Amino acid sequence: MGMALVTFATRFSCVALLQKTGMPVWLERWLRHIPTAILTALIIPALVLPKGQIDISLHNHYLVAGLIAALVAYKSRNIIATLILGMGTMLFLRLLA
Amino acid sequence: MNAKQETLDQGCMESGRDFWSGVVSSGPILLGVIPFGITCGVMGLTAGLTSLETIMMSLLVFAGASQFIAITMLGAGITSFGLVIFTTMLVNLRHVLMGASLAKYMIKQSASRQVLLSFLLTDEAYAVTSSRIHQDSYSADYQFGVSISLYITWALSTIAGVLVGSYIPDPLAWGLDFAMPATFLVLLFPRLTDKLSIIVCVVAGLISIVGVLYLPGKWYMIIACVGAVLVGGLMEGEKVSEK
Repeated sequence: MGMALVTFATRFSCVALLQKTGMPVWLERWLRHIPTAILTALIIPALVLPKGQIDISLHNHYLVAGLIAALVAYKSRNIIATLILGMGTMLFLRLLA
Repeated sequence: MNAKQETLDQGCMESGRDFWSGVVSSGPILLGVIPFGITCGVMGLTAGLTSLETIMMSLLVFAGASQFIAITMLGAGITSFGLVIFTTMLVNLRHVLMGASLAKYMIKQSASRQVLLSFLLTDEAYAVTSSRIHQDSYSADYQFGVSISLYITWALSTIAGVLVGSYIPDPLAWGLDFAMPATFLVLLFPRLTDKLSIIVCVVAGLISIVGVLYLPGKWYMIIACVGAVLVGGLMEGEKVSEK
């Protein structure tokens, strides 16, 4: 419920800012990078350290499937294609193991 | 001629038309939203939330990325209220910018409309609405049309995910949790369009790996985010002052 409030607060704060003429440029410059940074911080540990330790080997299914999903994501920019091929690889590796 | 009356009638007609053209414009994006909603539903259950909690989260928060992050954190045993809220706020700070850029149009609307449109403001709705402003002019009805169709789709696909999810005995054993990094990858790549974004991405990646190894809980995420944003902001500052 706190999440709902905070999310709403960020979206509605424009009204508090309405007297001003937009955002200072320097702040916009910094905020711009937040999505990239947070996405990376979510992806990389999930692939490289799925169990809390660095695991760069073929036994790390998350890393192998992640590399394939990254390739598909880069080429296609398509959520469905990436999910199908990534999850497919994951299932395949699980069945082999 | 009663020109005033004519424009009034036209105004009413346009309001409905704008609403529906907003709904139509959101169409292609809905295709992208549905898998996210379904994943969100499945993930909510995987992380140990109840069906009701997962659906309520979608209805009340209505923010894809921060819901995923919160679910990931809850699933990893991070139940610290403050940490989840703080991360949600960090992730959603970008909406302040979007709100600010729409503010000059939105302040002309009634207060209840401002609240409603703000609650429904998402990246997708912002993108579609601002491209309409660019091509034509701002219309609150249009923005509402885009927003409400995104909201309904998000809610329904979360419910679908919850329904599907409960038929999968142990999603983790099948590596279903991999769906999350996979979807994030699709969101990440379009952002890596310039050298600076790639640097931010690499810095965030490196800090997060070190953070997982040496920091408790999920603090690596916040450290990586703040660190990478600082590096990105500073480097960009240098570039600007060089000019």
